[in-house]
Amino acid sequence: MSGGTHAGRYDVIIVGGGIMGAATAFHLRTLYGKSVVLLERGMVGAGASGVNFGNVRRQGRFLPQMPLSHRAREIWGRLPELLGEDCEFLATGGLRVAYSQADMAVLEKHVNEARDWDLHLDLLGQNAIRSRWPWLGPDVVGALMSPDDGHANPRLVAPAFGRAAKRAGVVVHEQCEVADIAREATGFRVTAKTGLEVRGEVLLNSAGYWGGRIAADFGEPVPIVPRGPQMAVTEPLPYFMEPVLGGVSSNIYLRQVKRGNVVFGGGLRGPVETDPPRGRPVPELSIAQWGRVVRFVPALAGVQVIRSWTGVEGYMDDDIPVMGESGTTPGLFHAFGFCGHGFQLGPGVGAVMAELIATGRTVTPIDPFHIRRFESLKPA
Amino acid sequence: MADPRIVIVGAGPAGTRAAEAFVRHGLRPVVIDEAQRSGGQIYRRQPPGFSRPAKAVYGFEAGRAEGVHGAFDALAGSIDHRPETLVWNIQAGAVHTAPAGGGAVGRVEYDALILATGACDRVIPFPGWTTAGVYTLGAAQIALKYQACAIGGRVVFMGTGPLLYLVAYQYAKAGAKVAAVLDTTTFATKLGALRRLLAVPQAFLKGLYYLGWLRRHGVAIHEGVTPVRAEGEQAVTAMVFRTARGQERRIECDAVGFGYGLQSETQLADLVGCSFVYEPHSRQWLPEADADGRSSVAGVYLAGDGRRVRGADFAEMAGELAALAVLHDVGRPAAGDRLAELRRGLDRGLRWGGALQAVFPVPHRFLGDLPAETVLCRCEGVTVGDARRAVDDLDAREINRAKALSRIGMGRCQGRYCGLSAATILAETAGADPSTAMRLRGQAPVKPIPLTQQEVPS
Ligand SMILES: Cc1cc2nc3c(=O)[nH]c(=O)nc-3n(C[C@H](O)[C@H](O)[C@H](O)COP(=O)(O)OP(=O)(O)OC[C@H]3O[C@@H](n4cnc5c(N)ncnc54)[C@H](O)[C@@H]3O)c2cc1C
Ligand SMILES: Cc1cc2nc3c(=O)[nH]c(=O)nc-3n(C[C@H](O)[C@H](O)[C@H](O)COP(=O)(O)OP(=O)(O)OC[C@H]3O[C@@H](n4cnc5c(N)ncnc54)[C@H](O)[C@@H]3O)c2cc1C
Repeated sequence: MSGGTHAGRYDVIIVGGGIMGAATAFHLRTLYGKSVVLLERGMVGAGASGVNFGNVRRQGRFLPQMPLSHRAREIWGRLPELLGEDCEFLATGGLRVAYSQADMAVLEKHVNEARDWDLHLDLLGQNAIRSRWPWLGPDVVGALMSPDDGHANPRLVAPAFGRAAKRAGVVVHEQCEVADIAREATGFRVTAKTGLEVRGEVLLNSAGYWGGRIAADFGEPVPIVPRGPQMAVTEPLPYFMEPVLGGVSSNIYLRQVKRGNVVFGGGLRGPVETDPPRGRPVPELSIAQWGRVVRFVPALAGVQVIRSWTGVEGYMDDDIPVMGESGTTPGLFHAFGFCGHGFQLGPGVGAVMAELIATGRTVTPIDPFHIRRFESLKPA
Repeated sequence: MADPRIVIVGAGPAGTRAAEAFVRHGLRPVVIDEAQRSGGQIYRRQPPGFSRPAKAVYGFEAGRAEGVHGAFDALAGSIDHRPETLVWNIQAGAVHTAPAGGGAVGRVEYDALILATGACDRVIPFPGWTTAGVYTLGAAQIALKYQACAIGGRVVFMGTGPLLYLVAYQYAKAGAKVAAVLDTTTFATKLGALRRLLAVPQAFLKGLYYLGWLRRHGVAIHEGVTPVRAEGEQAVTAMVFRTARGQERRIECDAVGFGYGLQSETQLADLVGCSFVYEPHSRQWLPEADADGRSSVAGVYLAGDGRRVRGADFAEMAGELAALAVLHDVGRPAAGDRLAELRRGLDRGLRWGGALQAVFPVPHRFLGDLPAETVLCRCEGVTVGDARRAVDDLDAREINRAKALSRIGMGRCQGRYCGLSAATILAETAGADPSTAMRLRGQAPVKPIPLTQQEVPS
């Protein structure tokens, strides 16, 4: 599966081929001409990056993340030009729906604050909603529309970044689990379970939930837990649901793909196994989810659910990711723990991490995500 | 100690005999089946109100059918039978159920679970196979057995396996015109396997009987054929095939029944976490079990065609044997030498299964020659060409990867119909052994269930 001529020595070694690792590899190679090797335990983009809900959503985020999110959104619009395919990205608009005055208050506050972060949202009342989306449940009191958000097919995106990176000259090793990372006089030596050994100046830890373990190995532990958001999909239906839907206090989200299937998720996150990774939706949680979906869109009652799934995602205790250079080890960089909202960010994270690694700085502020915020957890 | 909670999924021959053994030993199993009545596939019973005699519905098997039905009916009151109930998911320790027609979902806890889920038709696509009027052999037979209707008035039956001649015979007897029987196995292959077939003489003789009967009644039989296409716009109007000598022939018809034997229904075994092994002849991954039916997961047992396709008689034995294994494991071993007898019987079953595979080989070779535009995954409209491109352009050599990137097997049948064929196409395109394409992972619900507001079962 390798496709390069470097004799085991690279500018950058990337551990973890999710959307973060694949997009960073792509940008490092295409924008900065770095020699890069990408090591992935399974297949590129088959983890959280390949099984997520597919929401390309900016509204409702932690606001200091907005510059990163905007940078990502700009890349989403250029996927055909960058990757040669659109990965089914559709800017259908994203709608966050309120069921109570308390929900409405949250939305109103968000509209005002988001303006300062260059995110323009439309607050809609009951009448506007009734006339535009008459199929929404009767107890909706208002909604917030983010017109340029949308959704994409997660199964396609990270693999497409991986293939484009490979075409550009990144060496990609799949089925290649990293077993050991050693710091050397100049850079890192990484050994995989397959026996493969590579050396590099810089190492990017983009190992998703498992990124927490790599950080801990370098003396900077973080509070991260693995969880599985639960997803399911219906049989294909005539296309009717343009915007991606999400709740405010009701944690439910739905989108309809052009083929007609309605994908939905939300509710409690289930437990998952991490070694090896294996997620199975918890049936009780699936059942609880169905009721909420029907409340959201009553017309879906009785429609057939054909499949359910989940995946392993890493959640930090403060619900924001770890991004930036290591606090302990020169040459080590982190981008992991995306807390259930990393898909939209992925292309932007790739651009930002590549810029940071290649130039030592980034125009996009990512300070709030630095690993040093967990300094107090460091071993004495 | 409280009685162990036993759940049996499937009320076919295997499930019936398992339930009977538990009752004999003083236990009251829960028996769950999607179907309205017991009997499973081969002994599927007519809906209420239909009253054809057993001989008319089951032919030579009437005695055995009545035996299995009678055994199940005699258990009424001693078992907790839940008909028209789908097991849609399993988690360690509990099966999750949904009523066949929609309604409240449920959850049944178990200490021991017997999966007797049976088999379904093995399909290999050919151009035109999704045209209206093209059915699987099993479906053609069920239409006749269950609802007493035929799939057409002038029917071509095509494929391989014991069902081929049987269904053709049953249709002809019921008064339908059988336009031809197109057997994909050559005469020479069958002759070569003759000795192995004689291991189970009755079955062999039955086969000969159907063949002779069809010949005597003037039904055209072609051996060693290759399907070319089903013709017809709105509905099938003709079946085109190549003879063993390579000549193209066309037979007018208004229905086609085709199939290449059976494949085990293994989704539940997968969901509960059983380990699987590759079986090279059928190219199916099958759940592992010991001689008595213990799977790799403690408390989960496998019996009947859902474990290995060996037919109904051996399914009966395997069901009873799995129940005896459960009884042994829960500390209530059965007395006597029934265990040894069943093990010997199943040993013969093993040989019989091998003989069946030799006489009715799955014609995997057809897959390599399929035109690119042939539909492979009918649920998602994925073609053979799309599958080959998944390998060539997207480097998806493993079937779950190909599913993610090309939608093969992503539809409502969960890849039951296309999964095995797709694996072979991926592997052949990659120039690799078919086992390297692996198998589609099962995902709940194993069959579609309606989205409704539900109480979460406690
Ligand atoms: C079910 C679900 C729904 C979600 N919905 C959304 C959504 O709608 N919108 C949104 O923005 N986000 C969503 N997310 C979150 C989003 O998917 C993730 O934040 C994002 O994909 C994280 O990308 P990643 O590259 O960090 O992680 P991953 O995709 O998990 O990639 C990490 C990779 O590292 C590999 N790896 C780990 N250890 C090793 C090792 N030792 N050697 C080699 N490789 C290793 C893993 O195999 C894995 O492929 C969802 C997540 C899930 C699970
Ligand atoms: C369509 C068809 C026709 C056949 N006709 C013949 C024939 O004419 N002659 C012959 O010799 N052999 C025939 N066979 C083969 C024969 O049916 C089997 O060898 C035999 O029935 C195996 O018995 P079993 O108990 O293992 O499974 P089955 O008899 O198949 O019983 C399995 C039962 O499990 C139930 N089940 C499966 N999954 C679930 C679930 N998730 N939830 C709830 N219930 C479930 C099914 O409804 C079914 O009743 C046929 C097979 C098929 C598929």
